[in-house]
Amino acid sequence: MKVLAAMSGGVDSSVAAALLVRQGHDVTGVHLKLSEQLAPIDGRVHGCCGLADAEDARRVAQVLDIPFYVWNLAEQFGEGVVENFVAEYAAGRTPNPCVRCNETIKFGALLERAITLGFDAIATGHYAINVFEEDRWRLRRSADAAKDQSYVLARCGQRELARALFPVGEMTKDRTRDLARELSLRVADKPDSYEICFVADGDAASFVEQRAGRRPGEMVDHTGAVVGSHAGVHRFTIGQRRGLGLGIEEPRYVLALEPEANRVVVGPRELLARGGLEALDVRWTGGEPEAFDAVQVRAHGRPVSATLAGHGAGRASVRFTEPQRGIAPGQLVAFYAGDEVVGGGTIERSAA
Amino acid sequence: MTRPDPIYLDHAATTPLWPQARATMAPLLEGAFGNASSLHAAGRDARKAVEEAREAVASAAGVRPEEVVFTSGGTEADNLALKGIAWRARHEGRDGIVVSAIEHHAILDVAEWLARNGFRLSVIQVDADGVVDLDALAAAVDRTTAIVSVMQANNEVGVIQPVASAAEITRAAGARFHTDAVQAAPWIPLADADLLSLSAHKLGGLKGVGALLVRRGVGLEPLLHGGGQERGIRSGTYNVAGIAGFGAAVTATMQAQPALSERVRALRDRMEGALLERIDGVAVNGAGAERLPNNCNVCIDGVEANSLLMLLDGEGVAASSGSACQSGAPEPSHVLLAMGVAKERALGALRLTLGRDTSEDDVDRAVDVVARAVARLRR
Repeated sequence: MKVLAAMSGGVDSSVAAALLVRQGHDVTGVHLKLSEQLAPIDGRVHGCCGLADAEDARRVAQVLDIPFYVWNLAEQFGEGVVENFVAEYAAGRTPNPCVRCNETIKFGALLERAITLGFDAIATGHYAINVFEEDRWRLRRSADAAKDQSYVLARCGQRELARALFPVGEMTKDRTRDLARELSLRVADKPDSYEICFVADGDAASFVEQRAGRRPGEMVDHTGAVVGSHAGVHRFTIGQRRGLGLGIEEPRYVLALEPEANRVVVGPRELLARGGLEALDVRWTGGEPEAFDAVQVRAHGRPVSATLAGHGAGRASVRFTEPQRGIAPGQLVAFYAGDEVVGGGTIERSAA
Repeated sequence: MTRPDPIYLDHAATTPLWPQARATMAPLLEGAFGNASSLHAAGRDARKAVEEAREAVASAAGVRPEEVVFTSGGTEADNLALKGIAWRARHEGRDGIVVSAIEHHAILDVAEWLARNGFRLSVIQVDADGVVDLDALAAAVDRTTAIVSVMQANNEVGVIQPVASAAEITRAAGARFHTDAVQAAPWIPLADADLLSLSAHKLGGLKGVGALLVRRGVGLEPLLHGGGQERGIRSGTYNVAGIAGFGAAVTATMQAQPALSERVRALRDRMEGALLERIDGVAVNGAGAERLPNNCNVCIDGVEANSLLMLLDGEGVAASSGSACQSGAPEPSHVLLAMGVAKERALGALRLTLGRDTSEDDVDRAVDVVARAVARLRR
């Protein structure tokens, strides 16, 4: 197959490309330049010149002896991911930019361009398993439960899965690093990245404030009584306990964010428990709604027992078997039947 | 994976070594390893090779040998010219830097750095064909101007600049005139300037070698202090083999130039004509101006350079979207933007630059490949 391997410069996508080469595919590497480089102390640098990650990816491609290119998708990333991230936080929701990036960039702009250029598939370093079984492509949890990324891929449909390869999905992270060492790839011991890639210092709240402004407001409790103040709704996520700045003894949690009134509602833990949720923009992996037995409501979260209570026109109603805490609008909900993803949507709100 | 027969049409990025340069360098890489600054026989042999190269470069440029300062390449020559003159002129009450908007980044970024460090910068715009506006230049240059830099020919669109007039305007104000002749040198006679930058690898020498020609009476401060080589203007042990190869490449270039330029111009015109005929929505950048004979820079409607270059590369055609840059992610060219080309169109720019070995068959096959790639991208 003619495969376009997306190479971030990290160990996972590097080994993914290496495995494809080993399997005999005709592999081309591409590094996506997603944001303009931050200026060094001295002032301006060219937008076009070398990020360290691009150089790492280039070196891996040299070792694998495959063609390598850098594509500038900074504009698409800025519009599709960064602006959305800021707008969602400012609207009192909790976005997942990696989900958004997979949808608009990797399985959006990148996949479209790959198809135009005559590639049969794109490959990434995601930890998830994608296999054709019975009548369709099926997305399953990775062999490495700790690294599983099926959640962030949950809105892939048949069109995307039919053209996607996740070569490291059936391996453990340790095995991936071992392979990178065997191949003498210089990225073998490169640390994993956990931060949001476009928030250089890890301070997402300041990043949002620089773009959407600062809007301090009141913090109220579940009865409506003012109990404190806050520096902006974007600084909070539902279920959050730390950093509320309340001088009271009993633990308080963020229950709701009200961007119109610019209020943060806090209360005791028991009020966080919710019986279900409503999801919008739902995409079903097989194209049609189907039953599931569990959902995951945040990245690296545990699956919780739940069922489909209703659906229609891109919507889905989910009932939890046991009440759940910390259901944050804006986050992705992924539907699992066993270890298989059958769909996913954006959490609109929790339900009683 | 088998690669198709390559067609190299990126000679403005770099061009193969002249056999004469290789032959001149070979003994210096093997036996004659001396340091050209040493007093003994081994040193003298090395120094002889450097001085022969100096004479070759001087003769090609119509300057005296002592006016040639060897550097590590065109970028260093450009930096030395601007910073070296600016630093000296500040003590004479001149703090103005004037450059054209289409200079290479080795000039533009230096000028902007100087502007951040206390100098005044004027950037002179160009017309739609990429020719610098001499009226604007004349208006910007005065008795406080330290240096004016206008390239002899542009690296992206190949447009030849009115450097004789620019030099006249500059000198009338008592300022120094610099021209970056890195791209012009392989194809046209060198301009007359107070300072002129050259790069060896653009004309068939090695990468990592170049020169700044500094006319007598033009004083400038060095960037590199140390052993005092090159009359103290550029310290550092001589890159003996590289410099010797540079000299041989310059000589070979000048001998070949008149006939070669004519031959390559005819090939370029043939290729450009075929592109215009076979592909809709092609516009030649700088078409109304005098251009280097080997340069063809076109905008192609509805095509994005990133994708086009990749398809061409896959078919063995080496081309560029403008100047080569570190990460390899094409950005809209500052040269095309200065010429008034819209950003969307600038992202569809394709630069094909011919070299001394380019054949009629090469350009015909390249046109075929480009036409097929464009058709695919427009599907």
